[in-house]
Amino acid sequence: MYRILSKEMLTPNICRMEVSAPRLAAAAQPGQFLIVRADEKGERIPLTISDYDRDKGSVTIVTQKIGASSSDIVSYETGEEFCDVVGPLGLPSDFVNRRDDELSGSRYVFIAGGLGTAPVYPQVKWLHQHGIAVDVIIGARNKDLLIYTKEIESVCDNLYICTDDGSQGFQGVGTAMLEKLVSEGIKYTQAVAIGPMIMMKFATMACKKLGIPVTVSLNTLMVDGTGMCGACRVTVEGKIRFACVEGPEFNGYDVDFDEAMRRQGQYRAEETEAVEHHKCRIGRGK
Amino acid sequence: MTERIPRVACREQDPKLRAHNFEEVCLGYDRQEAMLEASRCLHCKNPRCVGACPVGVKIPEFIAEVKSGNIDRAAAIIAEDSSLPSVCGRVCPQETQCEGSCILGVKGEPVAIGKLERFVADNRSGDSVSARAALNGKKVAVIGSGPAGLACASDLAKWGYEVTIFEALHKAGGVLEYGIPEFRLPKDTVLKRAIDEVRSLGVRIETNVIVGRTVTIDQLMDNEGFNAVFIGTGAGLPKFMGIPGENLCGVFSANEFLTRNNLMKAYRDDYLTPIHTGSKVCVVGGGNVAMDAARTALRLGAEVHIVYRRTEAELPARKEEVHHALEEGIVFDMLTNPVEILGDGNGWVKSLKCIRMELGEPDESGRRSPVPVEGSEFEIATDTVIMALGTAPNPLISKTTNGLETTRRGGLVADENGATTRPGIFAGGDAVTGAATVILAMGAGRTAAKAIDDYLKK
Repeated sequence: MYRILSKEMLTPNICRMEVSAPRLAAAAQPGQFLIVRADEKGERIPLTISDYDRDKGSVTIVTQKIGASSSDIVSYETGEEFCDVVGPLGLPSDFVNRRDDELSGSRYVFIAGGLGTAPVYPQVKWLHQHGIAVDVIIGARNKDLLIYTKEIESVCDNLYICTDDGSQGFQGVGTAMLEKLVSEGIKYTQAVAIGPMIMMKFATMACKKLGIPVTVSLNTLMVDGTGMCGACRVTVEGKIRFACVEGPEFNGYDVDFDEAMRRQGQYRAEETEAVEHHKCRIGRGK
Repeated sequence: MTERIPRVACREQDPKLRAHNFEEVCLGYDRQEAMLEASRCLHCKNPRCVGACPVGVKIPEFIAEVKSGNIDRAAAIIAEDSSLPSVCGRVCPQETQCEGSCILGVKGEPVAIGKLERFVADNRSGDSVSARAALNGKKVAVIGSGPAGLACASDLAKWGYEVTIFEALHKAGGVLEYGIPEFRLPKDTVLKRAIDEVRSLGVRIETNVIVGRTVTIDQLMDNEGFNAVFIGTGAGLPKFMGIPGENLCGVFSANEFLTRNNLMKAYRDDYLTPIHTGSKVCVVGGGNVAMDAARTALRLGAEVHIVYRRTEAELPARKEEVHHALEEGIVFDMLTNPVEILGDGNGWVKSLKCIRMELGEPDESGRRSPVPVEGSEFEIATDTVIMALGTAPNPLISKTTNGLETTRRGGLVADENGATTRPGIFAGGDAVTGAATVILAMGAGRTAAKAIDDYLKK
């Protein structure tokens, strides 16, 4: 069992939890993810790792209430236990395996959207600790939906906040901010976009136009997360790849986003039914 | 000469009824039926059945005990050679092994060895029949809790080793848990009992540990004090055909489909797991996994077709599964090979475009190879396509462990005793051979256990 050491609501629908998982914490690297199964009857839900503490043996996850299973996860309180937490899954970010001299002179820009802001944090922190210049653009619909701004601000060179309604920072989407920065003369050697699939698609298009290489982190459907089910398959460079073991990060230029978005919604009909059914169950006292 | 007793039929759930539930199809013998069936054994001087069993179970000896009603003694005889009789009695391809060599089968029906084995395993009184030696102070890590790992761990624990099994999923059992459906192998009764017995030998099972990610083999040996390692990680990577349209919504690997239903219990209302069938499902392939996926889809309410490029005679699945699938109303589209999956414009499967095949010359497997009939393409309208084309070993461990060599097909290189190219690391089952059977994996696990014992005694 995996005890929840602390819990904090970041927005009314997004919560941060620190969970005890010593083996996982010891092995986690930036870019990797994990799977949580809240209870015996829950689904296996892939979540990004937004921090890890090797000494404490804990990992931090950020979850948004979307379907029945993610709402279940969010309903857990400090001191309660998840039935299963497994990982780290996927490959670490590409830069983790690079030597410092290979990275020196790089200037990274992260484009983070919504929940995707959380997994950006350990990556930015890692680069910052290795002395690499790194700017972060965080985008959200409005200021109430912004998460991780303080944490990221403390580990990056420049933080740019964008909201669709202009309630905080730059009014507009993250890619518009990126275009503005580049037009002002900043030269980025690498972009990393993490957020909803549609946002990563547009971020990739913007980066392509600006001639910046871009890495995206694909949050596909998954069951086991170890390469067994193939639910996570995506088309990259015209080839079938498994996001769980060959990803989750890929070169954005090569990803078929439209297909990935369709595949992500594959169980939408069944899931809507599950949410309804689940409400009934909760109504009956679980 | 007196009339021979005919093979005692095993009671089964009515096909019309079982097509709508996930309860076990075969109900098993009762004591009287088992004793009668056991009396059919001729007790050959040179029992060919024993030679045909991959682990050499002393078949005539246990059957003799069944005949006289000594079920526990029969269980003890089986336990000398097999660790999972309740499982093997249900899932072994008996027709090509023990029963396929039974002398009675030459002119009539062979002895129902599988059904008798199952009867003994289900009806013995006590649990784990074997005693445990005192702990010898040596630790062995077993990776994977499928048939190979369970068998290897059991033997080593009996001999006094401190054994920990590391399982990647949240539940132990490997393919027995995620792959084989409830209606062939009940989980909470049969499989749970088999795994509990392994635990009762003192074997620890740590779930949610993905060796190669959560921890590496080198860390287990260097930091956690394991003196030897057995890799029984199976063949978990699904294969696809490489035809256009395979990434359309509604195309699944049999692994995904079965894992959702077996491990994640999608068929039960009280579990949250979603599963998709639509009203019509085409399953591509002809092995046991194809039959399992087809019969699962049927039970979830779909019309199901099996699409296979050869004929019924070449189907690699167990005969009993094919027979059951036909009885339940699954349609077999033989000599049919998919060439493309067509979408409906919204990214969902609309139909499976196939080509008719005919059988040509035998290939290296000895089976006549299918050849496409030119210009015979046609479409099968369908909502769902399930690919059951076999699986390959997962490269996670070979890629993260120094000194482990693999074959061209991705299997670990191991000698006949399971020793890999690195001292102290052994392997067996599908991780070495590629997808095979439960009994072969179990046999490989036991062989490796012996080799590990020899290695650690040196």
